[in-house]
Amino acid sequence: MGKAQITTVTLAEWVVAAEALAAGDATLLSLWGADGAVQMALMDAGHGLRVLTLPTETTFPSVARHHAPAQRLERTMTDLYGLTPAATPDPRPWLDHGRWPMRHPLGAKGPVAPEPPYAFLPVEGESLHQVAVGPVHAGIIEPGHFRFTAQGETVVRLEQRLGYTHKGVDALMLGASLERGAQIAGRVSGDSAVAYQWGFARAVETALDASVPPRATALRAVMAELERLANHLGDIGAICNDAAFAMMLAHCGALREHTLRAVGLAFGHRFCRDCICPGGVARDLTTEGAGALRDLVAEVRAKFPALVALYDGTASLQDRTVATGTLSPALAARFGAGGYVGRASGRDFDTRRDLPYAPYDRLSFTVPTRAEGDVNARVWVRIHEVEQSLALLSQLLDTLPEGPIHAALRAPTEPSAALTLTEGFRGDILIWLAMDASGTITRCHLRDPSWFQWPLLEAVIDGNIIADFPLCNKSFNCSYSGVDL
Amino acid sequence: MALVIALAPVLTGVVRKMKARLMRRRGASILQPWRDILRLMRKEVVLADNASWLFRVAPYVIFAATWVAAALVPTFATGLQFSWTADLIAIVALLGSARFFLALAGMDVGTAFGGIGSSREMMIATLAEPAMLLITFSLALIAGSTQLSTIAEVMASPAVGLRVSLGMALVAMVMVALAENARIPVDNPATHLELTMVHEAMVLEYSGRHLAMIELAAALKLLLYISLIACVFAPWGIAAPGAAPVTYLTATLAYLAKLTLGGAALAAFETSIAKMRVFRVPDFLGAALMLGLLGTLLLFVSRGL
Repeated sequence: MGKAQITTVTLAEWVVAAEALAAGDATLLSLWGADGAVQMALMDAGHGLRVLTLPTETTFPSVARHHAPAQRLERTMTDLYGLTPAATPDPRPWLDHGRWPMRHPLGAKGPVAPEPPYAFLPVEGESLHQVAVGPVHAGIIEPGHFRFTAQGETVVRLEQRLGYTHKGVDALMLGASLERGAQIAGRVSGDSAVAYQWGFARAVETALDASVPPRATALRAVMAELERLANHLGDIGAICNDAAFAMMLAHCGALREHTLRAVGLAFGHRFCRDCICPGGVARDLTTEGAGALRDLVAEVRAKFPALVALYDGTASLQDRTVATGTLSPALAARFGAGGYVGRASGRDFDTRRDLPYAPYDRLSFTVPTRAEGDVNARVWVRIHEVEQSLALLSQLLDTLPEGPIHAALRAPTEPSAALTLTEGFRGDILIWLAMDASGTITRCHLRDPSWFQWPLLEAVIDGNIIADFPLCNKSFNCSYSGVDL
Repeated sequence: MALVIALAPVLTGVVRKMKARLMRRRGASILQPWRDILRLMRKEVVLADNASWLFRVAPYVIFAATWVAAALVPTFATGLQFSWTADLIAIVALLGSARFFLALAGMDVGTAFGGIGSSREMMIATLAEPAMLLITFSLALIAGSTQLSTIAEVMASPAVGLRVSLGMALVAMVMVALAENARIPVDNPATHLELTMVHEAMVLEYSGRHLAMIELAAALKLLLYISLIACVFAPWGIAAPGAAPVTYLTATLAYLAKLTLGGAALAAFETSIAKMRVFRVPDFLGAALMLGLLGTLLLFVSRGL
């Protein structure tokens, strides 16, 4: 993966970049605030990465005005830093629900001012009714509020309100050491612990120009593919369960549990928490561990095809998933939707292939895509990704290099920064890391793929019936914790 | 009457147990629904602030109506204590009024989910009730009576034999039973997703003894439908009035076997199918309605069909 080009820009150049995003010449990767600046990460058509820094103390030209995907990122930045986008289409707060002891905790801290109650977007028309769901749900899932406006059973508008799991990750990162930073990153979204830790470790290694032993990168990939495998297996079952087809959940749930147990046996933690550290990995794979993983791959290989056939052959299930919650390819491309959400709508992008990092540059795999964009397409992309992960695991275990699993990092000598994109099971996780000469983190921005998937869920449900929302939602399975930083 | 109420939660427990076994889970004891009901009876009732008297009365009305309806069905013997009081049409009417109160109670508190549930339930009812009545007519035309004891006796006699109209009535009855009892593919009794619920959405606000009443009524309704299908379409072994005690004993055993079979068939069916979209339910029940209608028409064309 080529290094990101980091430049300081003027107001005019900033606006030009925003207009390029709107024109579709580049994809917005993220937008965040820093001390006395706003920063934007872009990817152009040839997968070149750029980070633009616009120095400002108070206000900056709104990107959301030109390019809607930036909206929630801008609102978050305003809540945290007090930097206000000029002429923004949506000035409402996002993360700040009026329950913090101060305003703008990362910028000019101010006393709490009474805010008007949060105004949901108005909906006009005859015989409309509102259904408020959450933030506390009946199932054991994360909290989030969904405001449906429906006409009979048909959804006219869905508006999400998130931020209930805000935990101050940006503030915790400020002034943290690199070891502490790696721990925090691994706890941002529990189901993507490996991807976040790997992304953070790569950011540190890129910033310090460090090289990682080949055995360590191979082990990281083993963990990442196991994470993808476990999550996809669990979600395929859960999607079917939302159509009241509990058989799939029972079988997929058993396979997921076996995966997690094998991971626990091989790496000492079922979700590989704190198994990856900057410079390498914290735990080596023993012979028994590798044996357990080989057995697991063989087991999933043996049992999974029957489940796929069951999914494909149950007409009543297909009737629920086909043509439900369709995401148009244009919208997926505009929002730069990562992972299976984008790939099921024809966005052929995978950082493992397009911005390759070790060890994926030496492995062979394909990136499955579909064009339909419905729930069924997302399930199929996941099914194919399970097959790819199994193949990758076999390759990795067969060609596991010998050698050390950790290389000591050199101490930093000057302030440095790095941007990395790492493929988690949901899509590309962006990590921006800036540190000073003593190796203390001065800014770390973690952008979950869900930032660009949540708004698409709002778009996807339009015109569907209320009762199909759980199915659409589960097929996206966005992270709440990952965006409620 | 006491028998149906004792058996109803056990039947629900049996269905749940079988579903669990089919999914290779261990499953709770078949007595678990009884334990749940007793637990709920001891619990405090939490009422919404704006709940009216209707909300508090509805569970007892629903329970009473369903219980009476269930007691009217000849379970193991014809000519039981209550059989003479009312016929199949009365059963449909009793269940209809129970449903009416449930839908009212769902809307009473004014939550969005209750409203959605009530509206979906009424949509299902408008199609399920006429279908049920048409089935009743087919049966009445064959048996010459709407009295269930008489129907069961006629069905058990060799005079009836295999008939096309009966086959149609059976299929229609099974479809109505699935819809009425909030089973897959119309509703999912085990879901936690508020947005997809029908029956559960209406009773979301209930707690304590009120919820116990409603759960018991739901269990009774399932028992009622399986008993109804058993006594009309499989009346073998039903004891006639004034039979020897031994006959009554074997009839009871036969009844229990029929219930278990019915529960097993339900569990197997629910495991093998996904829930249908809400707007497909009218098609499903429309088919039941048409089958019922066809059955009746066929009987008008020829008494032998």
